[in-house]
Amino acid sequence: MASLDPVILFFALGLLAGLARSDLRLPAAIYDFLTVVLLLAIGLKGGVELARQPAAALLLPSLAVIAMGLVLPLLAYAWLRLGLARVDAAAIAGHYGSVSVGTFAVAVAFVQAQGLAFEGYLALFVVLLEVPAIVVGIVLARGLAAGTRWGELAGEVLLGKSIVLLLGGLAIGWIAGEDGLAPMSGLFVDLFKGFLALFLLEMGLITAARAGDLRRSGLFLMAFAVLFPLGSAVVGATLGWLLGLSVGGTMLLATLAASASYIAAPAAFRLAVPQANPALSLAASLGITFPFNVLVGLPLYLGLARWLHA
Amino acid sequence: MATAVRKLVTIVTEARIERQLLAAVEAAGARGWTITDVRGKGSRGVRRAEFDLSGNLRLEVVCETAVAEAIAASVRERFYADYAMILYLQDVEVLRPEKF
Repeated sequence: MASLDPVILFFALGLLAGLARSDLRLPAAIYDFLTVVLLLAIGLKGGVELARQPAAALLLPSLAVIAMGLVLPLLAYAWLRLGLARVDAAAIAGHYGSVSVGTFAVAVAFVQAQGLAFEGYLALFVVLLEVPAIVVGIVLARGLAAGTRWGELAGEVLLGKSIVLLLGGLAIGWIAGEDGLAPMSGLFVDLFKGFLALFLLEMGLITAARAGDLRRSGLFLMAFAVLFPLGSAVVGATLGWLLGLSVGGTMLLATLAASASYIAAPAAFRLAVPQANPALSLAASLGITFPFNVLVGLPLYLGLARWLHA
Repeated sequence: MATAVRKLVTIVTEARIERQLLAAVEAAGARGWTITDVRGKGSRGVRRAEFDLSGNLRLEVVCETAVAEAIAASVRERFYADYAMILYLQDVEVLRPEKF
């Protein structure tokens, strides 16, 4: 595989080390730091690009992307209800409609390694896709009945670090512009790949630690965690193509659609739908879908984007 | 040295619900608390604390018996059904009873 990006090898190393029960472990503070840098780097790059776009041109694509974020969890829920209780189906559907910034970061590195350009404002879509599916999942689980503390939840989700750092990065990038950020490019641009490699090493360890949960989650959920992302990638790629994104941008939107949240959604559902079993949704999104997307999905989604643009 | 007996309430639960737990404990009359990050295993599985809020917290409150019972009742009602949580009470000797 000539296109295998070395950052993927770090993920494989973490996975193997974890499965072999190595004592390798990054301190939680390092993991937090890495995610902060990655989120800011993605936000800053998006902000610089955003400043070059007339805001009106982004309105329609943004609405279309939000619509996708509302529809995907409904499709996931319809599928999951065939084999799971309502609360679990709704919670997992919320995870799969929402997105994984980690997966997006790997996809960005993947696209860049292919020498492809992409629309930097896709970072904005990450933010737009994160929340709607969580709301849909909560409503599916609880109905619109009173008792959901939407205010508290909004604080929990909207002030979560991924949204704060992505939006903050977008704003700083938009205000400062490329020249303003140039002195920081050593950290946020040159070191991006290195930080991503360390992040993936840790993600490999985390994924390996979930291996035990997989056995308990059952074949139905395992099949869903592989097949649903493939379907949503087709939805994302088609939308990207319809919106006139480049090949790289189409591939990234496909990846966003295919990815499943493992940070924002678990936090929100643990509070809003505590009856749902958190081990199920994390086993699926973190234990299966994340490694599947990183190891197998990305080249497929690129192939899909190329085929649509051919 | 003169000491007085108070209750030590210890709660071990999911780190994700820190804010909600503290609100409940303070509403029950706790005047202070101490939180430690911990990890462990129980009937709801292992919480390894390997990333983000995937670990546990241990909350300790020293208070009068009535407050300890109020905390236990409130926390049991609100969290026991759906969250991984244990709570236990101990008698402890304190030097400045007016603090608790």
